[in-house]
Amino acid sequence: MPINYYIFLSIALFCIGITGVLTRRNAIIIFMCIELMLNAVNLLLVAFSKMHFRVAAEAGNINTTAGTDGQLFVFFIMVVAAAEVSVGLAIIVMMYRNIHSVDVNFLNRLKH
Amino acid sequence: MNITQILFWLLSVMALFGAMMVITSKNPVYSVLWLILTFFSISGHYILLNAQFLAIVNIIVYAGAIMVLFLFVIMLMNLNKNTEPQKHRWVKFIGAIAGGCLLLVLVAALRNTEVKGQSALLNQGNIGLIQNLGKELFSTYVVPFEISSILFLSAMVGAVVIGRKE
Repeated sequence: MPINYYIFLSIALFCIGITGVLTRRNAIIIFMCIELMLNAVNLLLVAFSKMHFRVAAEAGNINTTAGTDGQLFVFFIMVVAAAEVSVGLAIIVMMYRNIHSVDVNFLNRLKH
Repeated sequence: MNITQILFWLLSVMALFGAMMVITSKNPVYSVLWLILTFFSISGHYILLNAQFLAIVNIIVYAGAIMVLFLFVIMLMNLNKNTEPQKHRWVKFIGAIAGGCLLLVLVAALRNTEVKGQSALLNQGNIGLIQNLGKELFSTYVVPFEISSILFLSAMVGAVVIGRKE
């Protein structure tokens, strides 16, 4: 597929994530929208890695491994996202325990 | 239009529809379920790009572990449609406009990029297989791999410290 389609698909997913962050007040939904944005970037990285592989393969070398780096970056992004989710959800649970709500508007002064 | 293109469009529509439903659902549990659909369709894209390792990791880590964690926390807090905080209608409208403007700017900026003639290789090429990725991961990227294990350890300790009762 043309790489442009992947670029536009990723942009659309990313912008939906941004819109979700801007329009929702539930902290968990905001967090899920951040995951959505991370996944949009992952998809684009994989598409670009396959584009680079194609360019290298068409240049002549059959056993090329061009584009491997992009897929490993995606792997590391997933690792970081998993760590981020565990800490972030712990923070949200603590916040719920203190103020009995997940509404981010209660936290606009970072104290209560 | 061959089967690959049909699958591409189907998965794209599924991903975008799921993402839209995530941010429009009133009930947080439905949002999580729609997000799982989005992640599955992104995994389908990975399979289409022959990145099989990432497709499986995406399903196991994202749709499996992370989304179960989200669902678990939502059910623990007993969130539903009635407790869902709502922003004012105008604020929602402005947020949607802002997101749409970003979409417009990015699409307009990238419409005529240099990569226009390029295309991603579908269902061919073996760089996405575990053999190649594993070799690269344990030779070139072995230091970041080990550092990420320390990151996981610190995240685990952090989650336990934050989550314990005072």
